[in-house]
Amino acid sequence: MPSDSSTTGALIQADHLEFSYSSVPAVVDVSLSLPRGAMGALIGANGSGKSTLIRLLAGLLAPGTGEVIFDGASLSTIHPRERAKRIAYVPQSSSNVFPFTALEVVLTGRSPYSGRFRFESAHDEQIALSALNALDAAHLASRHITELSGGERQLVTVARALAQEPELLLLDEPASALDLKHRTQLTRALRKLRDERGMTILMITHDLMLLDSAADLIIAMKCGRLIASGAPSVVLTEALLGEVYDAPVRTMRSDGRTFVWSEL
Amino acid sequence: MPSSLSQRAVQPDAAESNAVVDNSRPGKRARVGLRLRLALPLLIIGLIIAFLVGLYVGYQPLSLAALKTDPIARAVFFRLRLPRVVMAGLVGASLAMVGAALQALFRNPLADPFTLGVSGGASLGASVAIAFGLGLNLVGVPFIFIAAFVGASVSVLLVYRLARSGGGTMLPGALLLAGVVLNLSASAGVLVIQYLASYGRALQILRWLIGSLDVVGFDLIWKMLVFLIPGWLVLIAHARDLHLLATGESDSAASLGVDVRRTERMVFLASSLIVAVTVSVGGAIGFVGLIVPHAARLVFGQDVRVLLSASFLLGAAFLILADTLARVAISPGELPVGAITALLGGPVFLLLLKRQQRYSAM
Repeated sequence: MPSDSSTTGALIQADHLEFSYSSVPAVVDVSLSLPRGAMGALIGANGSGKSTLIRLLAGLLAPGTGEVIFDGASLSTIHPRERAKRIAYVPQSSSNVFPFTALEVVLTGRSPYSGRFRFESAHDEQIALSALNALDAAHLASRHITELSGGERQLVTVARALAQEPELLLLDEPASALDLKHRTQLTRALRKLRDERGMTILMITHDLMLLDSAADLIIAMKCGRLIASGAPSVVLTEALLGEVYDAPVRTMRSDGRTFVWSEL
Repeated sequence: MPSSLSQRAVQPDAAESNAVVDNSRPGKRARVGLRLRLALPLLIIGLIIAFLVGLYVGYQPLSLAALKTDPIARAVFFRLRLPRVVMAGLVGASLAMVGAALQALFRNPLADPFTLGVSGGASLGASVAIAFGLGLNLVGVPFIFIAAFVGASVSVLLVYRLARSGGGTMLPGALLLAGVVLNLSASAGVLVIQYLASYGRALQILRWLIGSLDVVGFDLIWKMLVFLIPGWLVLIAHARDLHLLATGESDSAASLGVDVRRTERMVFLASSLIVAVTVSVGGAIGFVGLIVPHAARLVFGQDVRVLLSASFLLGAAFLILADTLARVAISPGELPVGAITALLGGPVFLLLLKRQQRYSAM
């Protein structure tokens, strides 16, 4: 159930958020709280409002009613450039028309830190390369973004977010086009960011397998509402997942991990 | 932040990432600023050469001796040749810069004031003004310009609305189709106006539509600069925001701190203003905004912050040379400069179209 919004130590809180796309409600009365340094996962069926919620939390959409509180202040009062230094957002997919190099794209993550008429410094470039490196994607640096595969582009987009050096990292299905190796690599990299740098992370995912070993908190949405929020062991149950996805879901615990599948 | 990513050493698990860092040539890349610093002198030298060629070549080649002694030669040079070359430079620079900005804003390499129908809208507005004989001034501003500005603004907004899908992403195919439709509608509108207007007025519209950079003295040029300079400055001020939009899309740019709506409004306003000025004085000169930014990309890369300035300088040089060609090609007659840019621009457009199909589905 929605956490108490007065929880202390929360980096970001949503307080009775509502949002509609021209009279079609997408997010309905959502309250949640993500503690500093936690890794949260947002799950739910397609069209359940996950992407809208994460865009509200990123400050890219303004809620119809309710409020997002970031580090004690209303998100709407934080200047976008200031926000960009503290919250990074990875969109579900990005279209790339111009053949920028991957490094050029990652370098744009540094733009909140430099002036309107300044170019990135060698220091910025170091940070951008390290961000690619952290995702095992440094070999992409000089490749043209238009020639990369979907998964490679996703890595570049995540690297751009890392180059922002944010406190809060919001990701919309970052692993959807990644192969097994890079999916694991990404999960590891995110866990490392949480453990070593205290980064707070919230990601939308349909990959329920990796959740219990990676996430501290799972938030489940259905039809725009938040229907569960808690530790993986609490949320990853047959009954709850069955309700979330409206389909028979089976789970099995083994080696301290939860395996989830669905009967055909 | 407790520690910065940069302080973390290259991960040890990587013979791969070593090869990799090598491959990425870090030293070369980050110096976009350096690139601009190298590009600028080159472009300025190129522009000076184009300027001198433009001044020298003509029906009567420039003679320094005659310039010193002959008052008529001096008048021809200072009242006709020099202003015309300056005018060509201003129009070329303006159109090329607007093209680079619109390409970034719409994330479409085929965007240009001409292909998007912005010039067409401005032409329609101006034709209406001529047909009604509104050769008048409104607080010192010629009515023909105001009408062109209204036409250009309406076109930009229409094309923007038409090309936007619900989710806020731009559909490249829809954008170009919208531009084509706007151009056709504007041409049809101009035809109707010409048909209904008196013979004299219709001829005036025709002459004006063909366009020419002919100008006597500097009065008109000073007036143009009053509108062009603010337009240029607005575009330059949004160079970074345009770069962020071009590298990703509106959500990515917004998450990096760009006020996307405001950037769109300001760039639309500045582009409409600039296109209206150039169309009001020189008619619709097509494809400059398409060819020049792509030529600049070949040399200076994709960075929009570099491209805006590079296109500005290259555009000036390009149109000065194109106009010089227009003046001497069938001397003593004169070709419309728009015909020359269109002859060059058509094939470039088709080439880009073919290449774009490879990159992204239309």
